[in-house]
Amino acid sequence: MNALTVKDLHVKINESHILHGVTFDVPAHKVTALLGRNGVGKSTTLKGILGLYSGTGSVQLNGKEIIGMPTYKIAQSGVAYVPEDREIFSTLSVRENLALASRSKNNDDALKTIFELFPELDSRAAQLAGSLSGGQQQMVAIARAMLNKNEILLIDEPTKGLAPKLVTEVANALAKIAHASTMLLVEQNLALVKRIADNVVVIDQGRVIFQGGPENLDDPAWVHQMLGVSGGHK
Amino acid sequence: MDTFILIGITGIGLGALYFLIASGLSLIYGLMGVLNFAHGSFLTVGAFVGYWIASKMGFDITLPKFIFAMIVGGLAAGLFALLIEQLLITRLYERHIDQALVTVGVSLVVGAVLGGWFGNDLRMFPTPVWFSTAITIGGARIPADRAVYIATAVLLLVGNWALLKYTRIGLIIRAGVENRNMVNALGINVQRAFSTVFFLGGFAAGVGGVLVSVYSNGVSPLIAGTYLIYGFIVVVIGGMGSVPGSFLAAMMIGVIRQFANYYATGLGDFVVVILLAVVLLIRPQGLLGKVRA
Repeated sequence: MNALTVKDLHVKINESHILHGVTFDVPAHKVTALLGRNGVGKSTTLKGILGLYSGTGSVQLNGKEIIGMPTYKIAQSGVAYVPEDREIFSTLSVRENLALASRSKNNDDALKTIFELFPELDSRAAQLAGSLSGGQQQMVAIARAMLNKNEILLIDEPTKGLAPKLVTEVANALAKIAHASTMLLVEQNLALVKRIADNVVVIDQGRVIFQGGPENLDDPAWVHQMLGVSGGHK
Repeated sequence: MDTFILIGITGIGLGALYFLIASGLSLIYGLMGVLNFAHGSFLTVGAFVGYWIASKMGFDITLPKFIFAMIVGGLAAGLFALLIEQLLITRLYERHIDQALVTVGVSLVVGAVLGGWFGNDLRMFPTPVWFSTAITIGGARIPADRAVYIATAVLLLVGNWALLKYTRIGLIIRAGVENRNMVNALGINVQRAFSTVFFLGGFAAGVGGVLVSVYSNGVSPLIAGTYLIYGFIVVVIGGMGSVPGSFLAAMMIGVIRQFANYYATGLGDFVVVILLAVVLLIRPQGLLGKVRA
C-alpha cells in the first residue's frame, strides 16, 4: 500500500523546466529517501508535492488526487513538511511556533512525545525561535511537523549545516520518528540514509533514474555513479 | 514653555492621525506585499459614512453619538476594504505593478463618485461642543479634539497589540508577515488572515478619516491625498509590517512637522522629507523594520 504516488510530475519555475515527469511511490509506514546530486530537483519535488510550486501530472495521497489543491489543504490532508532551511518563525517564541502549527486543541500527547524527543524545546519554550542555534531550530521545525496526525512527513535535508554532535542528535530523533511514520526524506548524509531508509529514489536532471532498496548504498561504485560522491561520504 | 507644550501635544495629535492611516498600510504590505494605493479611499469612505451618520444626529451631537458615528464609519471602511480585497486584490497576488494600477484606479473611482455625489467642497463635520474647548496642560491650552485623536490612536495600538499577541489570528498574522508560504504549509489558510488584516486596516483608516475630517474642519473627497502620502512616509520610516514602528514614526513625524512649521515657518513638509531620506540612507528597513531575506 502506497501512502504517496507521484506520477509524471512536471514543475516549471518561471521559464525553467525543473521536473520532467518525476514518477515514484512512497510505501506507507516506510522511509523513502530521495537522493541525487545538488540541484537535480529533490527539494522542488517536495515543494511540488506540497503545492508550493504548481505542477502538472498526478500526486495521490492514499489514492486521493492532491495536485492542484491549495497548499494549506494538502497540509490539512496529512502532508507535513520540514523545509530545507527550517523556516521557523524567528520572531515567535518556541511555544508560539508549536501553537501555530497545532491544528488540534488537544495536543498534549503529541507535545509529550516531542518534549521526550527534544527536551531542550521544553526548557526553551519562551525563547524567541530566532535566537536558537541551528540544531535547536531544526528541532522546532521537526516538532512542528509532528504535532498533527499526518499521513506522510516530507523532510528536506534535516542535517544540513549542523555540527556533528547535532547531526547525531537529529539523526537519532529521525530514527525514532521513522518507526511510527511514513517519511519522504531528502538527505545528503548517506550514513543517516542507510540507517533509516527502507527505499531509495534517485533523481537526476529532473527525472527518476532509480527506485529500489537501500542495499546499493553499500556499493561505492554505484554511489559514485548515481550520486557523484564517494561511498564513504557522510 | 507653554508654546513648546502646545506644539508638542498638537504634534502628537497629528501623529495620531498619521498612525491611524499608516497602521493598516503597514500590516497589509508586511503580510501580503501589497502596496495599497486604495487605502486613501478607505479613509474617504469612512469619513463620508461617519459624516452621514453624524449629520443625521444633528449638529448638537454628543460625544457618545460622535464616537458611534466614528465606529460606524470605521466599520463601513473595513467592509469596503474587505470588498476590494475579495474582488480585486486576491486575483493580483505577486503582481505588484497590477496591484498598484488597480488600487490607484480604485482611489480615483471612489474620489470621482463621491465628488460627483457630494461635490468637492468641505462639508462641516458635526462635532460635540466639547471639541472646541481647550484643556490646560502645563499652562498650555490644548484644543480638546487632540485628546480624542491621541486616545483613539493609543486604543488602536493597544487593541492591535492585544490581537496580535493573544489571539490565534494574531499569531497567524505575525507568522504570515514573516513567511506566508510556511504558514500555508502548516495547513493554515493564510488568506483568512489577509482578509482580517484588510478589514482591520480599513477600519483604522475609516476611523482616521472621521478624525481627519474633524481636524480639517470638514469632509471632502480630496482630504485623503495628503494623509495617504504621510501614511506611506510613516510606514517607510517605521518599518514595513511593524505596527509599533508605525506608531513611533507617526508620533515623530507629527511632532517634528509641527515644530518645524512653527520655528521655520512652512518648512514642516520639507523637514519630514529630509527625515525620510536620512532614514532610507542609514536604516533602509525603517526604525523597527526587519531586513527581508
